[in-house]
Amino acid sequence: MSDLLIKNGHLIDPANGVDGPMDIHVDKGVIVKVGKKLAVQARKIIDAKGMWVTPGLVDMHVHLREPGYEYKESIKSGGESAAAGGFTSVVCMANTDPVNDCASITEFILEAARKASPVNVFPVGAVSQGLQGQTLANIGEMAEAGVVAVSDDGKCVMNTALLRDAMTYAGMFGLLVLEHAEDHDLTTGTHMNEGPISSELGLIGAPSVGEEVMVARDIALAEYIGGAIHFCHISTAGAVEMIRAAKKRKVKVTAEATPHHFTLTEEACRRYQANAKMAPPLRTQRDVEAVRKGLADGTLDVIATDHAPHAKVEKEVEFEKAPFGVVGLETAVGLALELVRTGVLTRTRLVEVMSLNPARILGLDRGSLPPGAVADITIIDPEVEWIVDSTKFRSKSCNTPFEGWTMKGRASYTIVKGKVVYKNAD
Amino acid sequence: MASDMALSGKSLVSMEDLSADQIMQILSTAALMKEISEREVKKAPTLRGRTVINFFAEPSTRTRTSFEIAGKRLSADVINISASSSSLSKGETLKDMAANLQAMKPDLLVARSPHSGVPYMMSQWMTCPVINAGDGRHEHPTQSLLDLMTIQERKKDMEGLKVTILGDILNSRVARSNMIAMTKLGMIVTACGPATMLPMNISRMAHHHTTDVAEAVRGADVVMALRIQKERLEGCKFPNVREYSRYFGLTAAHMKHTASNSIVLHPGPINQGVEISPEVVEGPWSVIMNQVTNGVAVRMAALYLLLGGAQPQV
Repeated sequence: MSDLLIKNGHLIDPANGVDGPMDIHVDKGVIVKVGKKLAVQARKIIDAKGMWVTPGLVDMHVHLREPGYEYKESIKSGGESAAAGGFTSVVCMANTDPVNDCASITEFILEAARKASPVNVFPVGAVSQGLQGQTLANIGEMAEAGVVAVSDDGKCVMNTALLRDAMTYAGMFGLLVLEHAEDHDLTTGTHMNEGPISSELGLIGAPSVGEEVMVARDIALAEYIGGAIHFCHISTAGAVEMIRAAKKRKVKVTAEATPHHFTLTEEACRRYQANAKMAPPLRTQRDVEAVRKGLADGTLDVIATDHAPHAKVEKEVEFEKAPFGVVGLETAVGLALELVRTGVLTRTRLVEVMSLNPARILGLDRGSLPPGAVADITIIDPEVEWIVDSTKFRSKSCNTPFEGWTMKGRASYTIVKGKVVYKNAD
Repeated sequence: MASDMALSGKSLVSMEDLSADQIMQILSTAALMKEISEREVKKAPTLRGRTVINFFAEPSTRTRTSFEIAGKRLSADVINISASSSSLSKGETLKDMAANLQAMKPDLLVARSPHSGVPYMMSQWMTCPVINAGDGRHEHPTQSLLDLMTIQERKKDMEGLKVTILGDILNSRVARSNMIAMTKLGMIVTACGPATMLPMNISRMAHHHTTDVAEAVRGADVVMALRIQKERLEGCKFPNVREYSRYFGLTAAHMKHTASNSIVLHPGPINQGVEISPEVVEGPWSVIMNQVTNGVAVRMAALYLLLGGAQPQV
């Protein structure tokens, strides 16, 4: 493998306190040297003038749909979509068919990723067998096979006793529970946020407390047993506030926010736009502001996309019949950069929430670029303008609420283990 | 008339789509249409050669029949498609269905669905006007129009009338369309029902709301009782039908406290003895059968105006 020199770029590596012009020399898939104006002869050179060089972005919440729903996405297409979005690692949820609730499925995913995905794929195992919320999945054997966390994502672990045991048992294997906080008793049969717009559209709404009662429950549980919990896709102001208070009390809680929840409100559901339907639903402007503030002040640790591909025909139906979820891998960087431009996040904070923090939370050896580290690197052009055109997505699905949006900034190069797996050709 | 042209080619999905003037225009056209139904030969050639598809993805007798009669009295070719005979049950998407219907070149689509938003979506995917014949919990604009016509016949001037809507406000498309239209026309709307059946934003939808039926109907000119879907709601939004009727059933005793010459409407089908007592249904206040008759007239008017009618030729 030829060596690589990335020069003239602006390196942002929060773990090492770097935010300035710096060259990086990579050889055999690892970082060899980081420094100013490196006088190195390399076989391949990338001139990153005007660009940000960051540790490879990590999306800790995606649905790759394989096995079982390859018409929506596959490990290959999802991996290519991630690469095009600037992500070098994705963490894929267990709600496939069959569910990733035993070692053989975990091994299948890892093997398929090794063969077909340009980016690292880290699987998440189920908390409960078949995501049924009744009995624990084979967490130990999945840990051994390589899952990096457990989650029933898509569903909340409604049974509090089961959740307690899952946190305790998974903790024994060093695995964190990623909780989809939603009280299904309050939300079954709902299709968007509960409020004036759901009432106007005649759609049953999911109340914000449907998320908050479970966040409150899980914080109480984590505090009581001294265990850790991670919240997926936090969407309400009340949930952000509870997590902030819990962190002050040193409860071991971490949380993520999605680009759609910090960008859009329930207004996007008007005209029955099925591509604005997801769980948790888009909320109000007040919630959007709270999520942004949470990301800025450290209450929310991670930006994760909850990339949830669905085939076009599945969304071209009655709003109430449309499945939940939107794709997110290829629009995340553009939307996150908007937070930097509007002063919500510093660029260092951006790299923390999109690379360092998810890696740390899951214990992945990623998220920073010291000599000796795996050379997963993202090079971002923060100034380039582009228009979202889902027909150009690498993802098999095009269910984005951002179609036609003008974005500023995107990945120019995505580098995994020293190899360029994506180069923006536009 | 220039204002007639404003409705030509438009869809009627929500009462929000209509201005107060347009509502009055439909009602005055409906009054002319009603006369056709009184004739011995109940047919005008107005829509001869026009094709109207009634697409009903939810069981309905009254509304579907009413639209069918309305189309036929104006000489349109009316085709009925019901959910069981449509390909929606075979896994076809709604967009495919719209494309197929469009390919048959209808001049107007009447759409009913258990799912909110379907008529709107069909109107986006098809080029012909679409009339919403009731969609989920969203709206039922022609029901609102027939209610307004019935009220207008009895009360003449609608502005300032006190109207009480009683029952499952939360899930009722009839209530939603009427609250929009009645506030537009200057009526004073009071919504009343169990607290579990009042939407959270009810104060933005009606002038007053209460859970006390006696208070709600006091001095009312118009009382509209809504059908309770007891099959779906018993045990969760209220304990049982007996308790519902005890606290929320409209009785003759209530009617004694309404304004003189008050009227009672019900969109049907009626659960007699549940949301309304038989003595009210059959009492002097009841205009429920007038509503059914007027349903045909307003649907004739809507078909006529949306299909580009200018001067009614009746």
